Amino acid sequence: MTESQPFRNAAGGLVDREQKFGFRFDGKSYGGFAGDTLASALLANGVRLVGRSFKYHRPRGILTAGSEEPNALVELRVGGRREPNSRATVVELFHGLEASSQNRWPSLDYDLLSVNSLFSPIFVAGFYYKTFKWPPSFWEPVYERIIRRAAGLGRAALEHDPDHYEKAHAHCDVLVIGAGPAGLMAGLAAGRAGARVIIANEGPTLGGALLGENISVDGKPGSEWVAQLAAEFEALDNVQIMPRTTIFGRYDGGVYGAVEHVSDHVVVPSPHNARQRLWRIYSKQAVLAGGATERGIVFAGNDRPGVMHAQAARTYANRYAVRAGERAVVFGSTDDVYRTAHDLAEAGIEVAAIVDARSGTPERNARFETFRGYVVSRALGGRAVRAAEVRKSGDDYALEQIPCDLICVAGGWTPNIQIATHLGQRPAYDEDKACFLMPHETGGLHIAGSAAGHWGTDACLKSGTEKGAAAAGSCGFEAATPGTDEVEEGPYGNLVPLYRVKSKLGKAFVDLQNDVTDKDVALAVSEGYDSAEHTKRYTTLGMATDQGKTGNINGAAVMAEALGEPIAEVGITTARPPYTPVSFGALVGHSVGKHFSPYRLTPMHEWHEDRGATFIETGLWLRAQFYPKSGDSDWLDAAKREVKATRSSVGICDVSTLGKIDIQGPDAAELLNRLYINGWLKLAVGKARYGLMLREDGFVMDDGTTSRLSENHYVMTTTTANAGGVMSHIEFCHQVLWPQLDVQYVSVTEQWAQMAVAGPRSREVLQGVIEDTDLSNEAFPFMAAREVSLLGGVRGRLFRISFSGELAYELAVPADYGMAAWQAIMTAGAAHNIAPYGLEALSIMRVEKGHPAGPELDGRTTAGDLGLGRMMSQRKEFIGRVMAGRPALVEEDRPRLVGLKPVNAEERPYAGAHLLPEDVEHTASNDQGWVSSTAFSPSLGQWIGIGFIKDGQKRAGEQLIAAEFLRGSQVKVEVVDPVFVDPKGEKLHA
Amino acid sequence: MNYSIFSLVRQALKGHKDWPKVWRRILPEPKYDVVIIGGGGHGLATAYYLATKHNVGRVAVLEKSWLGGGNIGRNTTIVRSNYLLAGNEPFYEFSLKLWEGLTQELNYNVMFSQRGIINLFHSDAQRDAFVRRGNSMLLHGADAVLLDRDGVKRHAPMVDLDNARFPVMGGLMQPRGGTARHDAVAWGYARGADMAGVDIIQNCEVTGLRITNGTIQGVETNLGFIGAEKLGVAVAGNSSDISRMAQFDLPIESHVLQAFVSEGLKPFIDTVVTFGAGHFYISQSDKGGLVLGGDLDGYNSYARRGNLPTVEHVMECGVAMIPRLKRLRVLRSWGGIMDMSMDGSPIIDMTPVNGLYFNTGWCYGGFKATPASGWCFAHLIANDASHEVATGLRLDRFRTGRMIDESGHGAQPNLH
Amino acid sequence: MRIHCPHCGLRSIEEFTCLGDATIARPDPSGGEEAFYHYVYVRENPKGRHREYWHHGGGCRSWLIVERDTATHEISSVEAADAGHGDGS
Repeated sequence: MTESQPFRNAAGGLVDREQKFGFRFDGKSYGGFAGDTLASALLANGVRLVGRSFKYHRPRGILTAGSEEPNALVELRVGGRREPNSRATVVELFHGLEASSQNRWPSLDYDLLSVNSLFSPIFVAGFYYKTFKWPPSFWEPVYERIIRRAAGLGRAALEHDPDHYEKAHAHCDVLVIGAGPAGLMAGLAAGRAGARVIIANEGPTLGGALLGENISVDGKPGSEWVAQLAAEFEALDNVQIMPRTTIFGRYDGGVYGAVEHVSDHVVVPSPHNARQRLWRIYSKQAVLAGGATERGIVFAGNDRPGVMHAQAARTYANRYAVRAGERAVVFGSTDDVYRTAHDLAEAGIEVAAIVDARSGTPERNARFETFRGYVVSRALGGRAVRAAEVRKSGDDYALEQIPCDLICVAGGWTPNIQIATHLGQRPAYDEDKACFLMPHETGGLHIAGSAAGHWGTDACLKSGTEKGAAAAGSCGFEAATPGTDEVEEGPYGNLVPLYRVKSKLGKAFVDLQNDVTDKDVALAVSEGYDSAEHTKRYTTLGMATDQGKTGNINGAAVMAEALGEPIAEVGITTARPPYTPVSFGALVGHSVGKHFSPYRLTPMHEWHEDRGATFIETGLWLRAQFYPKSGDSDWLDAAKREVKATRSSVGICDVSTLGKIDIQGPDAAELLNRLYINGWLKLAVGKARYGLMLREDGFVMDDGTTSRLSENHYVMTTTTANAGGVMSHIEFCHQVLWPQLDVQYVSVTEQWAQMAVAGPRSREVLQGVIEDTDLSNEAFPFMAAREVSLLGGVRGRLFRISFSGELAYELAVPADYGMAAWQAIMTAGAAHNIAPYGLEALSIMRVEKGHPAGPELDGRTTAGDLGLGRMMSQRKEFIGRVMAGRPALVEEDRPRLVGLKPVNAEERPYAGAHLLPEDVEHTASNDQGWVSSTAFSPSLGQWIGIGFIKDGQKRAGEQLIAAEFLRGSQVKVEVVDPVFVDPKGEKLHA
Repeated sequence: MNYSIFSLVRQALKGHKDWPKVWRRILPEPKYDVVIIGGGGHGLATAYYLATKHNVGRVAVLEKSWLGGGNIGRNTTIVRSNYLLAGNEPFYEFSLKLWEGLTQELNYNVMFSQRGIINLFHSDAQRDAFVRRGNSMLLHGADAVLLDRDGVKRHAPMVDLDNARFPVMGGLMQPRGGTARHDAVAWGYARGADMAGVDIIQNCEVTGLRITNGTIQGVETNLGFIGAEKLGVAVAGNSSDISRMAQFDLPIESHVLQAFVSEGLKPFIDTVVTFGAGHFYISQSDKGGLVLGGDLDGYNSYARRGNLPTVEHVMECGVAMIPRLKRLRVLRSWGGIMDMSMDGSPIIDMTPVNGLYFNTGWCYGGFKATPASGWCFAHLIANDASHEVATGLRLDRFRTGRMIDESGHGAQPNLH
Repeated sequence: MRIHCPHCGLRSIEEFTCLGDATIARPDPSGGEEAFYHYVYVRENPKGRHREYWHHGGGCRSWLIVERDTATHEISSVEAADAGHGDGS
C-alpha cells in the first residue's frame, strides 16, 4: 500500500523515508512518510481532487501548504473522533490516518449538487434575501430545510469524543509567536539576553519558511542552519519552545491564548495524555513573527484542482519532495515566479512557461519560456487543470492555451497581522508593499519579519533580532545583537500588484471556501452594499473557516475597483480570535461531564447515601431528598412517612448547607442592625432571632436566624442559595460603607455541620446527647441559643429554632464531628423511632407553616409581600429602608402571600399555576397572582399551597382557579391563612 | 424593484445589471421633522415605521459608521417572547407577531425561522419557575409547551440528558421562537425606510445636541448641524454618551457580551437551546455555523471584545449541555456592547428635554425586540404617548419602583 | 486582564467580580428616595477612565477600587476600598 507514491521524488526533502505510514482517504489506501502532511501525502499519491465547494459543489484541490488553506477540508478520523473541516495541509500524517472528503453526494468524483453551478446566475450574492418568500408557510418546512441541508461542510461526530483535554498557564518575559526566520532570531536575541522566552511554533519543527524554501543561511541549507539553532536553544534554560502550538488570540494585559496539539499527530493519544492543551500565556512583551500568507490572483477557474499558490508548490517540492503536478505554468507578478520555476524544475516538474504579468522586468532565467506582460486568464479543466489560457495583459482575447496540470500563482504577500488587531487596532494599507500592515506596535507587542512587511529572509532575520532585543530590553534585559548570517536565496519581491484578471468566461473566485466570485463582490457594490463590512456580510466573503486569510485582500481590491476608490479607503474587515479554529474541547479542558462544576457534600453525606437517599441539587450542594423504604410506592410516600414521624415523634434533617457567617467585635450588633430590617441592639446573649435583609433597592435579599453567643460574638445563618451573596454583601457594607465599624466576620459554612432535630420528642432525644445543658422549656426556651457539650466534650452550638413548626432544635458541631453527632442522635432517638427526613419532608412542613423559601424569595418580593412588613423597624436605619418606601413597593394591591387550599381535597394544584377568578376569560388582565409552592400535607390529608395574590389576605375565603395550562390542570382553590398547621405556635413553645 | 424569484430570474438573464441601489448614499438636508440617531436595527425600524405608519414627512437616520454595524450585526439572532412579567411579555409577544410577517412586510427575506426555543431545567424549583413563566406567556396570548425528558430528546437529541453534572429534567419550549438572519433585518428595514423616503446617512457622527430652553433643536455632526423637530436616540452601547450631551445620566451601564460561531456543519441542532445550569445558548445558522453565547464578561466596557476566562466558561457550559461539541471548533468570537439597564428591561421613553426620546437598555435581548421597538418608538415620537404594549418601559419606573426585573437580581446590571 | 490586588499581587480576572461605579457615595438616609434613586440606579457610565468596585472573592475577599479604562481595559490603579481603616479584614 505504501509502495507507489508516483509523485514523490526518490531523494530530497525533509520527510523520513524510513518511516512509512499507511493511510486512507475516501476509503482508499495510500502510503506516505513521517514528516508528511495529509496534503503532501495525497499529492505524492497523485490525489489532487480532495473536496467540493460550499455552494456550487465545484471540485477543489489543495491550494496552500499551511493553516490558511481554504479548500482541502476533510473529515479526519472516524467514530467519536471524527473531526470535520480539518485542513489537510496542517494535518500531520500518521500511520492509520483515515480521512474522507465532505460536502459531496454520492461521491467526490460525481457530486449531484454540482448542478448548482448551472443555476449560478440565480445563486448570486444575497439571492436568498430576494426570494424564498412565497408562500410564507413554505419557509421553514421547505426552503430552509433545503438550504440547511445543502449548507454546512463537514458532519459532527455522532458519538462522544473519547479524548480528554487539559489547560495550563505559562508565564514569560517574551512570547515569540512563530518560529520562522524572524521568530527564531527574536527568540535567540531575547534568550541570549537572559529573558524568559517562550517560542510558540504552529508546526512540529522549527524553521517556518526555511523548511519549505530553497534558502541557505551561513552557507548551510536552511534546515541545517535551523537544526544548529535548535541545539543552541536546547542549551538555553530560559527558552522554552512549544511545538504544535498555535497562538490563537491576544487578550488584555499581555495574555495570549494558545492551543498545543499534543496528540493530533498520532492515531490516539497515549494513555493519560491529552489530545490538546489550552495554554494561557502571561507575557510582559511579545514578538509577532507569524509570517505572511501568499495571495492568489483572481482569474477564471482559479479554483480548479491544480491551481496552487507558488509558495505551496515550492514547499511541496522542497520540503516533502513531492511534485504537485507534472507540467506547470507559473503565473505571478513578482520575482517569486522565477524561484518557483527553478525549484519546480529542480524537483523534476516540467515548467511549461512562466507567465509574468509585469512587463519591462528584466529576464531572470533564460531556462524557461517566459511570457512577460502576460496573464493567465483562465484555468481550463474540470476535476483537474488541463491547460492555462494565456493572454496579453490588458487584451481581451487569449493568446494560447498551454497544456499543464499545475498552475502556480504568486500574487504577493499578506502579512499575518491578525493577532496584532485582536485588541481593536486597525491595520492600514501600505501602497509600497501593497498589503495591510499595522501602523503602530501597541501594548508590548512587537512585529517582526514578513508579518511586518519584510519579504527577504535576510531582512526577516535582521528584523527578528532587532525586535527580540527590543522586547527583552523592555523587560530589563540588555541584549547583544547576534551576528547576522549570510543568506542566499532565489529572487523575490518587485511586486507589481495584480489582484484580478478580468474574464467574461468562467467563474473567478475571491473567497474559495465560501464560493464568492468577483462578480458577487461587484454585484454587492452595485446594489449599494458598499462598505467593506456590508460586502463581506452580503457575499459571505471572508466568513469561512479561514476568516479570509487568502481571500480578503483580493476582495478588498475587487471592491476598490468597483467603487473607484483606493484599497486604503475600502479597508479590510476585522480579524477576530481565534487565529485558526480552536476545538471546544481545548477551551473546556477537564471541565466536562460531572466535572463541569464541583459537588459540595455535607459532613453527613455518606450516611445519607448509605440509607439510599436520593439527592437534590441546591446550588452546588447535594441535599438528601428523601430516604426510601420498602413499601414506599413513590417519593411522596417516603416524604409523608418522614413528616408523620417528625410531627408525631421526632425527625432529624441535615441542614449543614445553610450559610453560616461568624461575626465578632464590639460593633457586631451595630452591623446586624444596619443589615437587617428588624432591631438587633437588644438581643440578649444566648438568644436567636429571625432576621430579614433587603437589598439597597428595597426588595428582600435573604432571611435567616442570627444568634448571640456571647457579648461580641454572633453567628448568622443564611439560605443555602444566598450564602455567597450575603457574605459579599456584608463585606461590601463593612469595607466600603462603614469601615469604621469594629467588626470581623468570616464564612464558616463548611466548618460546621448542622442538623435540625424536630418533633415532640426532640427534647428528650437531644437531652440524651447534650452533656452539660438542661434542655427543659424553662432552662432552654424557644429561641435559646447556646454553646453545649456533647460527644465527651465536643463544643457544639444548640439553637432552639424551628422551620417545621414543631418543638425543634438545630445543633451545630464542628464539621469533623458531624457524622458522630448525627449518629449519636440517631442512637439516642432509636427508642422514639427517630426518622431522618429529607428536603421533600422539610418542604412539606415549611409549606404547612407558610414559611417563605426560594420560590417566595425570588428577588421581586418585598417584606410586606411576605407578610413580614411589620418587622421593618421604624426607629433605625438599615439597608434598603429608603427605597422600600417607593410607591410601587407599598401599594395595597401588590400580590401578597396567602395560603391556598383546594376546594376538592382530591385535587392537586401545581406550583407555577396562575390564579384566575372563576368563569373569566383566560387572559393576563384577569391574572390575580400565582402559586409559588405546593405540598401534600399529611396533617391535612390533602395538597395545599402558598402563593401570591393581589390584596393578599384580604381575600381570605375567596375561591379562584389555580390554572396550570401547560399540564392542563385547573384546580379550584380557596384563599386561606398561609399557616396551615398550629397557627398559634403552641408546639414551638412546648 | 420588488424582490421575487421572477425579478431574480429576469435580472439573472440580464447579468444582474439593473438592480436598484438598496439604499441611497446621500448627504443630509438642513432640517428634518424627525432625526433618529443610530442606524442599527432599532433606529432603522423606527424610521421605517415613522415613514410608513405615521406619515411623518421628513425623517433621517444618522449612523456614525456603516448601517447595521452595531448589535444588530453582532448578535446571536434569537427571537422569542418567553417572558414572565406583565411589563415585558405583551411587548415581546407583539414583537414576535411582527416578526411573523416581517419578510412579507419588508419584501426582504429576513429568514425568520420559527424552529422553537427550549429553556432546559434541571431541578423542581427551576421547573416551577418556568411553569409560572409558561402560564404567563399563555395568558398573554403567546405559546408555550412544557417538555419532559423525552420531549427534550425529541427536539434536541444532541443534549446530554444523563451524564451531566446537572441532569436535564425537561424544558420550557416556545415553538414560535427561533432565529432570523440579523443583517437582513437591518438591510430590509433600511431598504424599506429608504423607499419610504427616509434619508439614511452613514458615516455621520453626532458630536453634540443643540438644546434651547429645554427643547431639542437639532444635532451637531461631522457633516454639520442638522435641525430636528424631534430627536430619537437608538444607539445601543453608546446611550450614555448621547444622554450626557443632553446633561442627564441614565440607569444604564455598558457591558461587553461575547458571541461565537463554530465552523460550518451539516444540520446538527434544529432548535434554539438554552442551558439551565449556567448561562449558555446555542442554535445553528442556515449556513451551518453553530451560533452560541453565554454570560457577560461582567465589567463595564466599551470595547467590542472580551477576555479568555469568559470564553472558557461559555464553552464549559456548552459542552456540559452538548458533549459532542468537544471535537468541533470555534471559528470566530467577537463582542458587542450592551446597554445593561438596572432592572434588565428596556426603556422607551421621553426625556427631560422636550422633543428628545430615548430607546435604550436592551441588555442582550435587543435583537428580538427590533420590530416592536421600532414600532413603539415611532409611536412614542409621533404621538408623545407610549404605545399600549410599552407603557411599562418608562424611565420613571426606577423612581416609583415599578421594576421589570425578570431575573430578580435587583439593581446589578451585570447579573441580568 | 489581570488585577494587581494590594494584598495578593497580580491575579487573573476570574478571581474577581465587578460591582461597578465607585464614584457614587451612599447618600445619607435623610436624602430620601431621590438621592437613593441616583445612588442605586443612575450611572455616569463613562467611556474611558472609570473608578469601580471589584471584589476579590476568589482571593482575600477584599473590596477594591480599581481605576480602569472602559474603552481599552487598561488598569491604572488599584487600592483597597477600606484603605486607612485597619487591615481590611
